[in-house]
Amino acid sequence: MILEARGLSKSFGGIKALNGVDLRLRKGELAGLIGPNGSGKTTVFNVITGIYRPDRGTVTMETKRIAGLAPHRISRLGIARTFQNIRLFRNLSVLDNVRTAYHPKVSYGPVSAVCRTKKYLEGEKEIGENVTELLSLFSLQDRKGELAKNLSYGDQRRLEIARALASEPKILLLDEPAAGMNPSEVAKMMEFILEVRRRFRLTILLIEHQMRLVMGICERLVVMDFGEVIAEGAPSEIRKDPRVIEAYLGRRSAGEKKGEEKG
Amino acid sequence: MEYFLQQVINGLQVGFVYALIALGYTMVYGVVRLINFAHGDVFMVGAFIGLYAIEKFHLPLFAVFLLATLGCAALAIVVERVAYRPLRQAPRIASLITAIGVSLFLEYFTSLHQVFGPNYYSFPRPFAVSSWESGDLSLTNIQAIIFLVTLCCLVLLQFIVHRTRMGRAMRAVSFDPVTAGLMGVDVNLVISITFGIGAALAGVGGVLYGIAYPQVNTFMGVMPGLKAFTAAVLGGIGSIPGAVLGALIMGQSETLTSAYLSSTYRDGIAFVILIGVLLLRPTGIFGTAKTEKV
Amino acid sequence: MKASLSLVKALAPLAAATAAGYALDASGIANPYWLQVFELACITAISALGLNVIYGFTGLFSLGHAAFYGIGAYAAALALKSFGGESQPAFLCALLAGGAAAALVAWLVGVSTLRLTSDYLGIATLGFGIIMKVIFDNADSFIPRLGGARGMTGITKMTTLPWAVVSLGGSFLVIRNLIQSSYGRALVSIREDEVAAGAMGIDTFRYKTAGFVVGCAFAGLAGGLYAHLYAFLHPSNFDFFKSVDVLVIVVLGGLGNMSGTLVASFGWVFLLEALRVILPPEYIEFRWVLIPVLLIVTMLVRPQGLFGLREFRFLREGAGR
Repeated sequence: MILEARGLSKSFGGIKALNGVDLRLRKGELAGLIGPNGSGKTTVFNVITGIYRPDRGTVTMETKRIAGLAPHRISRLGIARTFQNIRLFRNLSVLDNVRTAYHPKVSYGPVSAVCRTKKYLEGEKEIGENVTELLSLFSLQDRKGELAKNLSYGDQRRLEIARALASEPKILLLDEPAAGMNPSEVAKMMEFILEVRRRFRLTILLIEHQMRLVMGICERLVVMDFGEVIAEGAPSEIRKDPRVIEAYLGRRSAGEKKGEEKG
Repeated sequence: MEYFLQQVINGLQVGFVYALIALGYTMVYGVVRLINFAHGDVFMVGAFIGLYAIEKFHLPLFAVFLLATLGCAALAIVVERVAYRPLRQAPRIASLITAIGVSLFLEYFTSLHQVFGPNYYSFPRPFAVSSWESGDLSLTNIQAIIFLVTLCCLVLLQFIVHRTRMGRAMRAVSFDPVTAGLMGVDVNLVISITFGIGAALAGVGGVLYGIAYPQVNTFMGVMPGLKAFTAAVLGGIGSIPGAVLGALIMGQSETLTSAYLSSTYRDGIAFVILIGVLLLRPTGIFGTAKTEKV
Repeated sequence: MKASLSLVKALAPLAAATAAGYALDASGIANPYWLQVFELACITAISALGLNVIYGFTGLFSLGHAAFYGIGAYAAALALKSFGGESQPAFLCALLAGGAAAALVAWLVGVSTLRLTSDYLGIATLGFGIIMKVIFDNADSFIPRLGGARGMTGITKMTTLPWAVVSLGGSFLVIRNLIQSSYGRALVSIREDEVAAGAMGIDTFRYKTAGFVVGCAFAGLAGGLYAHLYAFLHPSNFDFFKSVDVLVIVVLGGLGNMSGTLVASFGWVFLLEALRVILPPEYIEFRWVLIPVLLIVTMLVRPQGLFGLREFRFLREGAGR
């Protein structure tokens, strides 16, 4: 078990966003976190990555308690993420977006930077090489000088994932990686995620509304509604689970099987 | 004990004037999330309008208030249209910087010899000062006028905000301008009117201030503006009752500090309160913490 | 190899300017009045570069920059007056003391206020600036030498053209090297999206504090040079209007653009002096109206400043920006 969240609860003012959420991730697995809008999925991500401190509950990563730690500390422990609304550094180039993520591992100090010592030159070279490798993998190398805000939507999403991978994480949290994509783009993203998991030996938890992607690549699903986990299991079981169908579509449709859900 | 009560009365005098200014800050922040740096200078313009109305045109008091109200409202509406509206979609900092620019422009432009001039001018009181005594306590007619006029303004404001359609529109825009617009509210008009009402109140405050402390100068809006702003933040910026409460607290702190400590610290206490509020409870007394959706 | 070559390229114009300056000074060709204005421009540029680090690069809206300029000025003047005398090394120590004093106060202020959001940070720094001005006004009640509201006199004129130019060159170099390194990228990422920067492993609070302290340290250095340029300090030189002054320069030149800051600093200082000379006496106060008007017009018409994001060629890196 590489990540374990137990009993997470979080309220904002009067609204209970999370109500006793349990979540487990096995090392190397590709899991999906699904549920209707507002069910608390992104809040779970935010608690795991330290943006919110849970009111109650614990998050443990490989025996270390991480709930309530600052986001940068959690990032350095090996959890990386993307955001629902894409949070790239818009006025920075593709290159700089990814280079920034290497900063925590920088091998020279600020004094070396100011004096432009050999250590600085070597450090920059190393970062440059790592970034080049990563960008080529993502086919973004030829656009490395372009500002992030000028990229196409699909490229921005991929850049965000590339940036997350620059920190060499063990766990990758993807928040709606295929949002707003057409079917062929979704298919490409599906392959892409599988490839990324294989190559970087990651554990991946993703939030997604595109059922094709979820059913297609996730090994296990966790379903949330109103801040609680209502079902868990293999995709084939989940799609037939009446509680899940009810959560998405309401009581009357619980008898029918349904496919796509609009994001 | 009576000395204390007298200070309380004096504190109310300045507190009420601050309230008139603070309301403008809080209302504008409520609708457009802008800290209108130039608001204190609108107060100054009100005082000068009062000066000219009384000295040059010998107008009766109610006409002076009317003129100050209209003049300041017009100024604020023009400023909003020219300098703030174009930047409504830009990052907030742009509007803030522009507001600083407008504030300095008003201060320095009016201080030019060709306009009002850089000197201190004495404000002609249109009546003689008298007071009612009761033991060691006294209430001057100036104080009475300040209390009366301010209370009337507050009642009027309450009426507008809670009992008229425009008031409802203002509250809607404060809450969610986009949705309000979709519901058919003329957001631009609401914003203009909000600026206008806030400025009108500040204009009244300017005249009252001139009557109470009869020396005006084009930089006179700086300190009261800052203190009124602190009051608005203290009460919870965006909250109308908060602005009034904050202003009364500021007035009392200032007067009591001056009376019991030393008058050199009188202005200092305002900044201590400001820094204190920002560090300890930036949302203020009636404010609600806004969490950014990540 | 590449590094030392670009170092030479960077320092060459600086050396040339210094040499030219010495020559001008010695030959008596240059008008000493305008030479002093040039020195003031260099000093202003150092302060503006500092604010650019704070606001342009790190995204912290500071309205109290002049206060740190003042802290550096008074600290350096006091240091030299109390300990030093008139030697060059002593002056250097005094300047460093000024910068260090500003940095220390900046650290204290930063640690308390940098958790606030933009609007409120502006207000807090504004309030701090006003408090500092009040302190400067009353400084003579605890250290009589500082002069308080009467002003501080008896300062030796130590700032010469070489000092001004070399300080500017050195500051520029240090800032450039910092900004164009991983540390600079970390600062900029905070400006762009603080939440994402944190998620990438950057300790945003620590870096914001560092950016603030560094920027204020340069303001302090500039202040020390200023004190020994005109040999007289008065608290009115360090009020809110002065903070707006340097803000205008940074905004005009383009936030996060070092070349723009340089050009705008020189342009600004010379423009104000030229106006003082050109304008007839009845209209001389129009200068102070010009500053806010320019600010408003810039924000409305070209908020990205004169240069936007483009830097001079020698500042652009080889691989990507």
